[in-house]
Amino acid sequence: MTAAGSSKLNHMVQCSPSGFNASFAALADATRRGVLDQLARGDASITDLADKFEMTLTGMKKHVSVLELAGLVTTEKVGRVRTCRIGPCRLEKEMAWIARYRQVWDQRFAALDGVIDELKRQEKGRGRKRRK
Amino acid sequence: MNSNDRRRAVVAREESEFHRTTVQKKSDREVVVTRTFDAPARLVFEAWSKPELFKKWWVPRSMGMTLRSCDMDVRTGGKYRLVFGDDPKNTMAFFGKYLDVVPDKRIVWTNEESGDAGSVTTVTFEERDGKTLLVLSELYPTKEALDEAGIGAQEMLGETFGQLDELLAGLSPR
Repeated sequence: MTAAGSSKLNHMVQCSPSGFNASFAALADATRRGVLDQLARGDASITDLADKFEMTLTGMKKHVSVLELAGLVTTEKVGRVRTCRIGPCRLEKEMAWIARYRQVWDQRFAALDGVIDELKRQEKGRGRKRRK
Repeated sequence: MNSNDRRRAVVAREESEFHRTTVQKKSDREVVVTRTFDAPARLVFEAWSKPELFKKWWVPRSMGMTLRSCDMDVRTGGKYRLVFGDDPKNTMAFFGKYLDVVPDKRIVWTNEESGDAGSVTTVTFEERDGKTLLVLSELYPTKEALDEAGIGAQEMLGETFGQLDELLAGLSPR
């Protein structure tokens, strides 16, 4: 796993009004991840999605409502058709994209500094013992 | 500002430049991250390749995630699998394999949890004067896959810097 993976996790956190767990639960399911990938390519109706994933309308409605609760998807009903699209988080600009990407790695590397310091200290300790 | 203050300010600035993480988009499909570490390459490589060390820093506590398990066989052709989640019935796995591993020099791995949208990550360690420049490249199969990857990367970390400081203070020699 790398920034792609972790940012997917982080995506859940950031976009979730009800906290990490709702988004985590939303993305723990392969179909729902597939639905998000599908919507990333363009808006789709519940019927489209149900066909695409070979699922009943009721089943797909459930999946979409989980994603909606987590803030990952928004839906809009016009007439008899409910159109689904990716949540507002996707509208971020390039700069914000890079800033967030950088933040992931920055945090990790700060923690990595700590681990490396510890390794250096251990090595020094071993060096001293050998010299004795 | 007296000369001591000035010297301290210069040192502080050099320090923050030194630890600066840079991120650059090299193309529609590739992002490159760089960072210098104050240690020889073999130690940086060790922290990347031993699961017990890797899990200490890959998910800083401030990310608010539980790493349930971390299996890594860091050699060419080896596999890894990281599993996250508080609830055992509701976990998320990240996995892939190591395409190329050269000890103290390079690790290349796949990220297969996203299926076809998965990137290939290459990390190189270049040692100079006892310090190590780390260059990490993530190459995505398509522009769309890359766009998707950057979305939503943790704004929430800002609030929890305190926790991270605490973690680092506990690890650093004092």
